[in-house]
Amino acid sequence: MADLTATAAATPRSRSRALPRVKGSVIIMGLYLLFLMLPIYWLLNMSLKTNAEITGTFSLWPQNLTFQNYVTILTDPSWYMGYVNSLIYVVMNTVISVAVALPAAYAFSRYHFMGDKHLFFWLLTNRMAPPAVFALPFFQLYSSVSLFDTHIAVALAHCLFNVPLAVWILEGFMRGVPKEIDETAYIDGYSFPRFFVKIFMPLISSGIGVAAFFCFMFSWVELLLSRTLTSVNAKPIAATMTRTVGASGIDWGVLAAAGVLTIVPGALVIYFVRNYIAKGFALGRV
Amino acid sequence: MEKTVNHKAWFLVLPVLVLVAFSAVIPLMTVVNYAFQDTFGNNVFFWHGLGWFEELLASDRMWNALWRQLAFSGIILAIEIPLGVLVALNMPKRGVWASVVLVLMSLPLLIPWNVVGTIWQIFGRVDIGLLGYTLNSLGISYNYTQNPAHAWATVIVMDVWHWTSLVALLAYAGLQSIPDAYYQAAKIDQASRWKVFRYIELPKMAGVLMIAVLLRFMDSFMIYTEPFVVTGGGPGNATTFLSIDLVKMALGQFDLGPAAAFSLMYFLVILLISWVFYTVMTNLDKRG
Repeated sequence: MADLTATAAATPRSRSRALPRVKGSVIIMGLYLLFLMLPIYWLLNMSLKTNAEITGTFSLWPQNLTFQNYVTILTDPSWYMGYVNSLIYVVMNTVISVAVALPAAYAFSRYHFMGDKHLFFWLLTNRMAPPAVFALPFFQLYSSVSLFDTHIAVALAHCLFNVPLAVWILEGFMRGVPKEIDETAYIDGYSFPRFFVKIFMPLISSGIGVAAFFCFMFSWVELLLSRTLTSVNAKPIAATMTRTVGASGIDWGVLAAAGVLTIVPGALVIYFVRNYIAKGFALGRV
Repeated sequence: MEKTVNHKAWFLVLPVLVLVAFSAVIPLMTVVNYAFQDTFGNNVFFWHGLGWFEELLASDRMWNALWRQLAFSGIILAIEIPLGVLVALNMPKRGVWASVVLVLMSLPLLIPWNVVGTIWQIFGRVDIGLLGYTLNSLGISYNYTQNPAHAWATVIVMDVWHWTSLVALLAYAGLQSIPDAYYQAAKIDQASRWKVFRYIELPKMAGVLMIAVLLRFMDSFMIYTEPFVVTGGGPGNATTFLSIDLVKMALGQFDLGPAAAFSLMYFLVILLISWVFYTVMTNLDKRG
């Protein structure tokens, strides 16, 4: 009891003493966020200017605001199909990755089996493998099975690093679910598939969400493989952006607008996974 | 958690095994195949033994790319880890601001890598970029397309911008796991701010920081898109890192043999670091 009153009495005093430090932290965070936001702001600023204004005058904000750059992108199929292509293979990849990773992660989190540790390690090495090593062999592999320039080719290629990522993240979440739940369900007469879908998956729904988010994200930000494996029909937006370099110079406004539009999908969903983002990046650990 | 021995669990892992084998093992075998053979075209190959490896190890090209790569990874680690810890220590712990800061900090992590390159390419330009323009009007003649030092500075600042938040988020997650009782005990002992950091926060963050260091090392070790967009490996070869050099060799010049031998050695390094990473992770799991 004496302890409690002592801490209670100490709190207000320590808060007043800590005040200058709080201000210091606000300054540090302010500077850091300013450093993060300035380049993004500059891109946004440029996307709202005309090319004449971008190259002619130097201003911190658009003098005559224009949405023409966005209109150009959203009305020209060769532009917006880039986004559609990217979204198609990214969604395909996310679905495949999470679907195959779920049972595997369950096996790793619940059972010992022959070679489990080696397999788990081997998966990790694929997450860490440099895409540059795989670019050429992938090109030849998918050309030989005539999948070159299809969405599924990119989706499968991205499985290289996304399946291991999903397995690791899901395993991290699953180990938090007590094993007694499994055993109780089996005693109650649930079959494995029914138990898995009806009971287990709802329990780790946040883990599934986080795994899906990270698969989506890493497939969305990757360029080297998706560019190597496509030419026209499945060309991702990231590769389409190089189009802005033309005979008459670079179309800065459209390039900036295209860049801003690629940030939007991530920015929209980040709020939902903000508390898990560290866990996802650390492959389900932390 | 107690795990039971059950070899039937293999069936649950089978889909992953097949899928990853298709997208990893087959391409890797192709690489191995090329690494030991030579061709005069027309798909006629003959055994070349360790020739490509010897040639590569004797040439300056790969060594130069490797030193540049190590220098780059070393510099960004030396900046990002302390900066990330500093940011994590100063992040708001709870409330609306904590959410806002988390979301804003995560933003650079979600931007496609070539757009990150584009952003900095524009930002650093002398004529239309805020950074380049400001530096030049301050009297510093900054031009990343011609001056190698400036190109390096730009690429490093870009990487710091892109990935410091990751280190900060991991360190923040580590800090959050410290019980309040530890701080109260430190207060009773009248420990200084530095001592609280040195003897409470740092040991508690050590595991997560190890993950951060390894992740950043691996990912910076295979960086390709961002510097490629900003500098294209130039000026000259100043910012040609391992991946950029490899892609140049394999897809640009189509030197399959040397590129494959290069890939294999690259992969072995990655394998080694992966193993360290795995050991750290499993030790963490045991402790947790």
